[in-house]
Amino acid sequence: MNGLVWALSGAIVAAALAGCGSAYGVGMAGQAASGVVTEDPSKFAKVLLLQLLPGTQGIYGLLVAFVTLSRIGILGGGGNDIALTTGLLILAACLPTGIVGLISGIYQGKTAAASIGIVAKKPDQFAKAMLFPAMVETYAILALLVTVLCLFSIPV
Amino acid sequence: MADNYVYAVARIRSLETALFTESVIGQLLACQTYEGALDFLAEKGWGDSDTGRDAGRMLKRETEKTWEVIRDLKVEPSVLEVLSYPHLYHNLKAAVKEVCAGKANAEIYYDDTFISGETMREILQEKDFSALPEHMRQAAAEALETMLQARDGQLCDIIVDRAALDAIGQAGRRSGEEVIRAYAEDFVATADIRIAIRGARTGKSRAFLERALVPCRSVSVSALTTAALSGVEAVCAALVQEGFQEAVDAWNESGSAFERWCDNRIIRAIRPQKYRAFSAGPLAAYVLARENEIKNVRMILTGKQSGLPDAVIRERVREMYV
Repeated sequence: MNGLVWALSGAIVAAALAGCGSAYGVGMAGQAASGVVTEDPSKFAKVLLLQLLPGTQGIYGLLVAFVTLSRIGILGGGGNDIALTTGLLILAACLPTGIVGLISGIYQGKTAAASIGIVAKKPDQFAKAMLFPAMVETYAILALLVTVLCLFSIPV
Repeated sequence: MADNYVYAVARIRSLETALFTESVIGQLLACQTYEGALDFLAEKGWGDSDTGRDAGRMLKRETEKTWEVIRDLKVEPSVLEVLSYPHLYHNLKAAVKEVCAGKANAEIYYDDTFISGETMREILQEKDFSALPEHMRQAAAEALETMLQARDGQLCDIIVDRAALDAIGQAGRRSGEEVIRAYAEDFVATADIRIAIRGARTGKSRAFLERALVPCRSVSVSALTTAALSGVEAVCAALVQEGFQEAVDAWNESGSAFERWCDNRIIRAIRPQKYRAFSAGPLAAYVLARENEIKNVRMILTGKQSGLPDAVIRERVREMYV
C-alpha cells in the first residue's frame, strides 16, 4: 500500500480519536453544568468555563491533522509520493495525540463534572475547582508535543 | 449507568446549598415564638403562597417539593422507590382502617407515594390486590381480612409493618447503590431493636416477636427474640454483644434519645454521599436529608407551640446532613 494512505490515516486517527474524547468530555461536563444552571443560572459563566476544558483535545487532534496533511502535501491539492516506511512513521507519530486525546478527554470530562459540583456548592472555590480538570490536560499536551516533534523530525 | 446521574447530581449539589445547617436550626430554635419560627421558615422559602403560615401545610408542601425535584430529574423510579416505602405502607395501613371504618379522610395519607391514598383506598374497596406492587399484595389482603373479620387493629399494624420491613430489606439487598443498601439495613436493624425493647418491656410472646422481627445482617433476630422474652436488660446485653452500645446508652437515656440515635445513624451513613459525583447515592441522600430536616423543623415547631423550653427541644434535634 502507498505510504500516503498510512500518513493520511494518521491524520484521521489523531483528529477522530481526540475529537471523540472531547465530545464525550464536553458532553458529560455539559450535563453537570445544565444541572447547576437549572437551579442557579447565575453560575452559568463559571460552569461554562469548566465545560470547555475537555474540548482542547479535539483542537490538538485538529492541529495534528492539519500539520500532517500539510507535510504530506494533501492540503496543497495533490499529495506527495511518500514511501511506505515514511507513511507508517507518520501514522505512529499521530497515535499519541489520538489515543491520549481520547482517554484524557473522557477523564477530563468526568473531573470537570465533579468540579462543577464544587462550584455549585462553593462558588468562591472556582479557581481550585479549575485546577483538578486542568491537571488532566498535562498529559494531552505531552502527547501533542511528542506528536509534533515526531512529525517535524520525519523527513518527507 | 453512572453517567446517567451527572445532571441529577449536579442539580442536587445546587439544591444542597439550601438545606438547613446546624446553625440555621440553631437560629430557628432561637426564635422567641411559634409565629416567629413560622416567619423565619417563610423567609427561608418554605411553603408557598397557598400554604401561608399554616405549619402543617407548609411542611407537607416541603415534602412535596422534594419529590417534585426527584421526579423532575427523570431518574429511573425503581432506584429511589424504596425511600417511599415507609409512607406507602403507612398509606396501606390507613386505607385498610378507612375501608373498615367506612369513613373517608384524605388527610391521613401521604401524597408523595407512587400510589396515592385515594387509589389505595379504591384498590382495597374493590379487593383488586393485583393493582398493588407484588411485595404489598399478601400483606394488604391479610391486613384487610384481619380488620374485617377480627377488628384487630394491632394485628393489622403488625402485618403491614412486617411487610414494610421485609420490602425495605429486600429492596436494599437488591439495590446496586451503597447508600440504599446502608439505609435499608439501618432501617430494618433499628426497627428490630425498637421492637425487641418494646416487646420485652410489654411482655410480648415469642409468636409476636417472631412475627414482628425481620432478619437483617446487623442484628441476630433469634438472639433478640430470646433476649426479649427474658426482659429489657437481656435485650440490652444482647445489643451490646452485637455492637450496639450506643443504642443501649440512648435507650437508657430516654425514648426520644433512642429515636434521635436511630435517625442520626442514618444521617451518618449517608454523609459520604456529599463527595460522590457519579451515582444515585447523592439523590437518595438528598431525599433522606430533606426528610430529616422536615422532621427537625416539625419537632421544633411542635415544641414551640407547646411551650417547651429550648433546651428540651434541642435535646431532640437530629444531626443535619450538611
